[in-house]
Amino acid sequence: MVSLNAYLILAAILFSIGAVGVFTRRNVLIIYMCIELMLNAVNLTFIAFSKFLNDMSGHVFVFMIMTVAAAEAAVGLAIIISLFRNKATIYVDDINLSKG
Amino acid sequence: MQLLMFYIFALGAVLSATLMVTNIRPVTAAMNLIMTMFFLAGIYVLLDAHLIAALQIIVYAGAIMVLFLFVILLLNIHEKEGETARRKVIIQFGSIAIVGTLFIAIARLTVIAPSLVKIGQSAYPFGTTKAVGKLLFTDFLLPFEIASFLLLAAIVGAVILAKRRVDDPE
Repeated sequence: MVSLNAYLILAAILFSIGAVGVFTRRNVLIIYMCIELMLNAVNLTFIAFSKFLNDMSGHVFVFMIMTVAAAEAAVGLAIIISLFRNKATIYVDDINLSKG
Repeated sequence: MQLLMFYIFALGAVLSATLMVTNIRPVTAAMNLIMTMFFLAGIYVLLDAHLIAALQIIVYAGAIMVLFLFVILLLNIHEKEGETARRKVIIQFGSIAIVGTLFIAIARLTVIAPSLVKIGQSAYPFGTTKAVGKLLFTDFLLPFEIASFLLLAAIVGAVILAKRRVDDPE
């Protein structure tokens, strides 16, 4: 039997990898993928707690997070497309429109 | 057995996530993220979340990542042809053979050992489609309806953001 701590540590590692990716990468698509990875890590904690507390509400929460992630992916990728059409770049260092 | 499977899935997930973050090419990064999602689906099965595991593969690996790949192809960022271009045909035939063998193995397994694939009432209904669905349509009915509005707003927003203006000279 795998303990709850093992699942939580795995989720923390995955979340940290995603956070490091968001901070270090400059390609906007890969930053986006790292955000998806962080959402997945949170889902894992929900499912793990749901199993160990024997309460299925966590599954519904994950269902809602997946809905939000799908909506976010559609809108975010549309923003990236319109951004690429205006600036012809996907590197965040070149995007400084609202810098002031 | 459960511990061994956990370590395999956890190691695979962490490894492919690291590869995703460190990779330069967006397509390879997307493929590694899909691998991570498959490993996470395996961990969900270990945690008795069968519906969520299926949704993870269908929604995340199936829909969201295909959208990512479409956008990567649409943006058409020029990159050099790597070593794989030369041996493309061999790689294509090899991957088709591996996937086909896997599918045939799964199909034969369900025919030979139907007791492994339980259909109908389960003694421990935790995380099955029926149990989660019952919860979703009773206690969480209002969030479910609000989620449908969110999806509608996302559809309209994505179309308006990504479409070209009618008076655009391009």
